[in-house]
Amino acid sequence: MTKKLMKGNEVIGEAAINGGCRYFFGYPITPQNEVPEYLSKRLPEVGGMFVQAESEIAAINMVYGAAGSGARAMTSSSSPGIALKQEGISYIAGAMLPCVIVNMVRGGPGLGGIQPSQCDYFQATRGGGNGDYRLIVYAPNNLQETADIMSEAFETSDYYRVPVMILGDGMIGQMMEPVEITPPKKKRNLPAKDWATTGTDGKRKPNIINSLYLNPAQLEEHNLKLEKIYEDIKANEVRYEAYNVEDADVVCVAYGTTSRIVKSAIMECEEEGLKVGLIRPITLWPYPDEAFDKIKKDCKGLLCVEMSLGQMIDDVKIAANGRWKSYFYGRTGGMIPEPEDIKNEIKKIIRGEK
Amino acid sequence: MSVVYQKSRGLTDVSTHYCPGCTHGIIHKLVAECLVELDILEKSIGVAPVGCAVLAYDYFNCDMQEAAHGRAPAVGTGIKRVQPDKFVFTYQGDGDLASIGSNEIVQVAHRGEKISTIFVNNAIYGMTGGQMAPTTLIGQKTTTCQDGRKEELAGKPIKISEMLATIDGAKYIARVSVDSPAHIRQAKKAIMRAFQTQLEGKGFSLVEVISSCPTNWGKSPVEALNWLRDNMIPYYPLGVYKDWEAE
Amino acid sequence: MAKGKTTFDELLCKGCGLCVEVCPQKIIAIKKDYVTSKGYHPAYVTDSEKCTGCANCAIMCPDSAITVERD
Repeated sequence: MTKKLMKGNEVIGEAAINGGCRYFFGYPITPQNEVPEYLSKRLPEVGGMFVQAESEIAAINMVYGAAGSGARAMTSSSSPGIALKQEGISYIAGAMLPCVIVNMVRGGPGLGGIQPSQCDYFQATRGGGNGDYRLIVYAPNNLQETADIMSEAFETSDYYRVPVMILGDGMIGQMMEPVEITPPKKKRNLPAKDWATTGTDGKRKPNIINSLYLNPAQLEEHNLKLEKIYEDIKANEVRYEAYNVEDADVVCVAYGTTSRIVKSAIMECEEEGLKVGLIRPITLWPYPDEAFDKIKKDCKGLLCVEMSLGQMIDDVKIAANGRWKSYFYGRTGGMIPEPEDIKNEIKKIIRGEK
Repeated sequence: MSVVYQKSRGLTDVSTHYCPGCTHGIIHKLVAECLVELDILEKSIGVAPVGCAVLAYDYFNCDMQEAAHGRAPAVGTGIKRVQPDKFVFTYQGDGDLASIGSNEIVQVAHRGEKISTIFVNNAIYGMTGGQMAPTTLIGQKTTTCQDGRKEELAGKPIKISEMLATIDGAKYIARVSVDSPAHIRQAKKAIMRAFQTQLEGKGFSLVEVISSCPTNWGKSPVEALNWLRDNMIPYYPLGVYKDWEAE
Repeated sequence: MAKGKTTFDELLCKGCGLCVEVCPQKIIAIKKDYVTSKGYHPAYVTDSEKCTGCANCAIMCPDSAITVERD
């Protein structure tokens, strides 16, 4: 197969189908509209179903019903829409239903704006909804990676029975790049979905999809069961890209679109003879703490760059664990950091001016 | 002698948590009896609400999903779209369906979703301790309208059956009561009809069941049914509001 | 000889009394001097000879506690 020039949001749609998704439930919101538009046309062609829900709240609850029926189902939205879905996401996590949620992040808070942003890091990695739960959160930085992650997301979610979130931004959604959509590389040994509500057919006891445990001892047991799965995910699913980390005097930390801009700044620094590395988390949860262990002791500092006023910086500090100073540079509201500005921040750290 | 009435096998052996005299139990068994008599229990997936019937998933002897408050019609939609050959019903109270879930119930009807809804209207929030519901009658006292519901503050009680009957996708809408054996027999007929509406692929169906809440109304079970007859039925007239065959 | 036979499952009965109210023969009562293991005064048939097996009590019972047989 050859590469095809595709738009980010359409890559999401096609790769979802490639990953076995047959049901999409969503509600229009900019800047992700091409995802439902694409899938409304494509899903019926592969025997699937697209439903435009009355709201984001209804859409995520339709996903609950479909996932509880054993189907591979997804929804997509953007920041304020994801906020509305958080109730359903919490129930889905509690009921251990696999599904994929795409968030093409836009500026906030409130109605915010429609330009690219990374201000939903907290919303993605800190629960968002109520309760002790986690999502597996991927943040691709190019469209080929988006295609590969999206293609595998349903398999991963089915394996752990934990919902997966794909965190992009308006730029990932709108940009065009050549992409090859290939069958998922990582094949997992998936158990049968014998918990799904498909009708007893008179052959088994009723299945119940539920997140209610009125007995506190049982709820704690359920939480511990989830925690065990989360530990398993932490041990096996961490993904990141590390660039010249060992030798660097400054290590930048950035994800998604921002990491590409940071990479440009790093290249320019290298031309000036500076040693600058990059840690690019691909999974935002579980966070790649281990990537930081390769940083040299006398590294002058970490520079976390985000399209927000500093959200991932918390995880950078946790990963640094006091070993190096952590600095932050960010633009927000839909404004994009410039390589030149990032370069200046790097130089300030090297000169000890920060 | 032969058995003419016994506990339906559409219900599990679990003893319900409902208060003595709560009519949820009557409605549960009507639903269960209809599922068995239509021979669809084994292919049924029910959706339980949030409210007094939250534990319905322990009582119906078929596959069940427990939905977030008011979202049962959306959950039911997801189930039915994946499994169009299965039978899907939601069981919801008045807070769940007529308040927080009013958008979901209107839209599920509007889409003509082929699912059936049992709507239990007892004019109060039961599980949370007797607060005012959208269906609470004018003058009825609850813990959040202690001098009685006032129209100028809370509007008049919402009439769900009348409202949903105006929607094209709703193919069978009826309001029944379970205050007497005669009304219970009629209620069962309506539920059968609603379920057949789905089985024949006609569209959305709903049966509103006027029901009692002795505990939160502060009445004995028998007094509660008398109050229902004297106060609720006059405001919520019983009858079939829409039937696809009549159209 | 009674035409009908009504049996109560004591463990399901919550003593709500709705069956008492709807029995046309007026032969169901609540055992005030007895408490079930669940803590309720259960319903019982006072004069089984008069039971017609109409099943009104069972239809009304919210707890499916009543089985009715008939000739």
